[in-house]
Amino acid sequence: MRRGAAWLVLLLTGCNSYQNALGGDGAEGANFVQLFTVFMVVCTVMYLIVAAALVFALWRRRRTALVLDDRTHHQTSRVVRPALAAWTALIGTGLVVLTIASFFTDRTNAAQGSKPQIKITVTANQWWWDVQYRLPDVSRNVRTANEIHLPVGIPVKVTLKSNDVIHSFWIPNLAGKQDLIPGRQTDAQLLPRKVGLYRGQCAEFCGVQHAQMALDVMVESKEDFLRWYAGQLKPATAPANSLQLAGYRYFTTRECSTCHNIGGTPASGQVAPDLTHFASRRSIAAGTLPMARGNVYGWVADPQSQKPGNRMPTVGLSANDLHALVAYLETLK
Amino acid sequence: MNAAERAKLPPAKVARDGPRLTGAKLEERLAVTWSNPPGFIGWLSSVDHKDIGRRYVITALAFLALAGALAIVMRLQLSKPDNDLIGAARYNEIFTMHGTTMMFLFAVPVMQGMQIYLTPLMLGTRANAFPRLNAFSYWTYLAGGLLLWIAFVLNIAPDIGWFAYPPLSGPQYGVGKRADIWAQMVTFTEIAALAGAVSLTATILKQRAPGMSLGRMPIFVWATLVTSLMVIFSMPSVALASGMLLSDRLVGTHFYNPAEQGDALLWQHLFWFFGHPEVYIIFLPATGFVSEIVATFSRRTIVFYPIVVMALVATGILAFGLWVHHMFATGLPRIGYSFYTAASMAVSIPTGLQIFCWIATLWEGRPRLQVPLLYVIGFIFTFVIGGLTGVMIAAVPLDLQLHDTYFIVAHFHYVLIGGAVFPLLGAITYWFPKATGRLMSERLGKISFWMIFLGFQLAFFPMHIAGINGMPRRVYTYPAGMGLELPNLLSSIGSVVVAGAVLLFVVNLIMSARAGRVSPSNPWDAPSLEWAATCPPAKYNFPHIPIVDSRTPLWDAGEKMAVVHGLRVNDRELLLTTVVSATPDMREPSAEPSLWPFIGTLALTVMFVCSIFSPWAVVFGIVPVAVALFAWFWPKSLNPEREPVIS
Amino acid sequence: MTEPRTLAPSFIEDVSTLPTHAFSYRSLTWWGIMAFMVIEGAAFAMAIAAYFFLMAQEQQWAPGPWEPPGLIAGTAFTLVMLTSEIPNTMIKKAAEAYDVPAVRKLLPVMVAIGLLLLVIRGFEFNSLHVLWYESAYGSIIWALLFLHTTHIVTDWGDTVVLWWLMRTPHGEDPRRLVDTDENALYWRFVWLAWLPIYILIYWLPRVFR
Repeated sequence: MRRGAAWLVLLLTGCNSYQNALGGDGAEGANFVQLFTVFMVVCTVMYLIVAAALVFALWRRRRTALVLDDRTHHQTSRVVRPALAAWTALIGTGLVVLTIASFFTDRTNAAQGSKPQIKITVTANQWWWDVQYRLPDVSRNVRTANEIHLPVGIPVKVTLKSNDVIHSFWIPNLAGKQDLIPGRQTDAQLLPRKVGLYRGQCAEFCGVQHAQMALDVMVESKEDFLRWYAGQLKPATAPANSLQLAGYRYFTTRECSTCHNIGGTPASGQVAPDLTHFASRRSIAAGTLPMARGNVYGWVADPQSQKPGNRMPTVGLSANDLHALVAYLETLK
Repeated sequence: MNAAERAKLPPAKVARDGPRLTGAKLEERLAVTWSNPPGFIGWLSSVDHKDIGRRYVITALAFLALAGALAIVMRLQLSKPDNDLIGAARYNEIFTMHGTTMMFLFAVPVMQGMQIYLTPLMLGTRANAFPRLNAFSYWTYLAGGLLLWIAFVLNIAPDIGWFAYPPLSGPQYGVGKRADIWAQMVTFTEIAALAGAVSLTATILKQRAPGMSLGRMPIFVWATLVTSLMVIFSMPSVALASGMLLSDRLVGTHFYNPAEQGDALLWQHLFWFFGHPEVYIIFLPATGFVSEIVATFSRRTIVFYPIVVMALVATGILAFGLWVHHMFATGLPRIGYSFYTAASMAVSIPTGLQIFCWIATLWEGRPRLQVPLLYVIGFIFTFVIGGLTGVMIAAVPLDLQLHDTYFIVAHFHYVLIGGAVFPLLGAITYWFPKATGRLMSERLGKISFWMIFLGFQLAFFPMHIAGINGMPRRVYTYPAGMGLELPNLLSSIGSVVVAGAVLLFVVNLIMSARAGRVSPSNPWDAPSLEWAATCPPAKYNFPHIPIVDSRTPLWDAGEKMAVVHGLRVNDRELLLTTVVSATPDMREPSAEPSLWPFIGTLALTVMFVCSIFSPWAVVFGIVPVAVALFAWFWPKSLNPEREPVIS
Repeated sequence: MTEPRTLAPSFIEDVSTLPTHAFSYRSLTWWGIMAFMVIEGAAFAMAIAAYFFLMAQEQQWAPGPWEPPGLIAGTAFTLVMLTSEIPNTMIKKAAEAYDVPAVRKLLPVMVAIGLLLLVIRGFEFNSLHVLWYESAYGSIIWALLFLHTTHIVTDWGDTVVLWWLMRTPHGEDPRRLVDTDENALYWRFVWLAWLPIYILIYWLPRVFR
């Protein structure tokens, strides 16, 4: 039933299966689809009743109207009072039913998220996401940016913080949104049920590039997730040829390292996305550009033209430096 | 003569209306007494509620056009994915200007303007309670609007969204003066709205025609009373919030700064405590329009008047208990949210009752499908959709998906355009002949109605889909391939149709004002007192103050119109009656034209604009304001023989 | 302009004998004053709500490094305010009895008290032991005191103007006595509003340390 409704809407509106509130690919997301369907049915029925009543009121031919011309304009037919009572009872009942349905969904969501097995901290910045997987053994923490991998069927708790202004963490296929508010800590529960690629996006206006603050979310089998995680734990690939070495040298000694961190190298800036496994990611700059060689070139050469106003300055690299940097960055799988 | 003696003086022997002074002779003298001085000074110093109401409505419609033009620009940018017509920074300014202008400079002022125009006429009195305060209210509103739009022209427009959340709007991230201009504009418009509300409340409570007990007031007047009280209780919250924001930005306080134990959520609470009642401040007067139009065009009284009144009052009160539903995604305790879900659901009950009463009135009556009633029908079909999506987002699990997406944009345009603008257009059409003496073109009116009704559905229905398909609010572009192309394109096309409809409506207004069919005083055969005045009304509204004994005085009047007599003719005087049962109680002088309200606004403008740049402006700027207020209130004449005047 | 609905008037009641002034809820300006009191009361209520909201963010109130505001100036202010109700009520009663000489004698007392209060208020600001830019606690304490100070300043200004007005022949106009009565009413609001603010500024920061 709920799947049917979801597919109907998707069919009517075009195909988007990865950033869609009717996707229902996570526990909370599926609960939304179910509750939304209940509300749609009740609300549509109410609307049709009102519309029908209005149409009938306008179209009925009557000789017994109670109007000024007959000096009966202050009178009301006897049927109107019970009709009002019935209408009030109907609205009241409808609202109570919907409110109870809403509370039950809330409780289900809370219960489904109550025993997380994975903990992630997402810290929002203008206009990128810092993602840290936190384990009891801190040496096995993974830090990445703008991308989250999750094993299917395992409940996850995401702790949400902000370093600057208010943002909102929203992966519609999986769950509703939660704001990230500086000075406060909120959290979200995710329980993905279907393997796939999804997209999240910041949903609270956070400044000039709010529209380009997306999040790639990969829900994978447990094995694939562990393989990914193990890869992320490794330090950055060492440069293997002279061009990559030149890029490495530029990165670790010039502007880049003041902001960015690459694990296992002297570059340990904390205020920009962690780049240790940059090339393993699906997109650049929080979903602004797909990961591809040309886009890496474009971004590194002139980030301001790709995402005007973002915090990474256009440095004005020479052609040689640009080639070297891109060659190095591409090794960071 | 001392005060005690003066208090016991018999009425002075001056010209008064009555059996010996009535008809054309009376009207001639009243016209002189209630006229404005000639020329530009007369225009600046007018305190006539009809002039002020008309100015409010015309100015608000101008802001509607400006904000609407911005909307077309936004829709052009969003008509294609990855479009580069408008860059991110400019787009953010545009949507901020659009929302801020619509909410602060159009929606509330236009409703207040209609209220200021209509209320004294509906109550059977000659003026508003505090005419100079009313004039001041208009000038202050205009000053706030000019501040914002001059900033836009100078490229320092705010770009923080119409609700300006800190820290984005705070001193660290809100660079430059943009946010200060926004906050100060709020100060201007909220002072204007409060001044208008105070005047309207006093007018309604004390100046009703004899016999017009509270239970006999027109529904629109009830809506005005409830709305004005809501303004009085809610606007101080946004005044405080924006004052604290200015203070954080200008003098280093930390109300919203989490680094020093302030809290960004404090803003949200203070703002939405105002913001939620604000939308009912916009909606309830529209329901008042609907009740008046439905009654007139059904040719009968509204069914169950007491229920409609109770629904207005209940909505006004409940509206104050909902604000946290704007904050469901902020991580506050879930148990608290449950209360706001229940309250947000409950507020639809009184509105549902009003809808029943309107439909029942049409059912019981004999509806005439003229343009004002068409807008009411369009209102019902459209607003109810918005109300039902409102019921959806009252549920926390639904809101957490739909909040801050285009679904919300769809919802609030359905309730604001469907719920307020449609009734407003119907109301303007309905009262246009009263204000101008000419009728609007019925043919053009029908065309603009269908254009705006259908264009609106085309523009805004697809936004529900876009929101569900993952499109957040306030984005200057969206990627291809998300299924957002079609809904956005449809919205953009629809918005052009809506713009065309509004343009056509304005053309109709202008053409009809010049050359429309001349209207009799009661072209719709309506029941309420304003239709007893001429079209347009004389400066003094009514030659004699009427006595009413029914909710529909013009429908129930006998051979003659019962009136009171004895008010002065050579000085401005009106009648005060008791609050509940409206028995005549006092004679009250009414203020003569004065330049001091305008000068007061000038002084206030200097103070507020300079305080954007330095806090000392408040200290120095208060002096001219005090001088203007002093000159305004200092009584001008004292004649032991004559009775009081306010000049 | 078109003709009105041509119903001949039937003259039912003569209102020329009604008074042109009255006290309390019969006066139009009384309703204006009431409305302004509600507006300002609402602003104070929201400021007080903000105070409690910010207090909930702290473990200690007054928080850590700051001493609570000194009690002497604030308490002196409160005592003077409460005492001022005596001449205030006398003025109100005199106005209602049309006793203009009494009003003329008592208004300068209110003006002097107002001046004294402003001076004490200066000492209060000086003894808050925190500045407005040092923390959110400092900001809200200053905000409450500042808001109430604007209250005092504007009502003192009103009273000065009223004093001058009552000394002119306008003082014998009964409507000016209604103004005097309403000014006294407003003064009651000013000190009533002060009482909770006094508690919030001076006592809560001691209780929750």
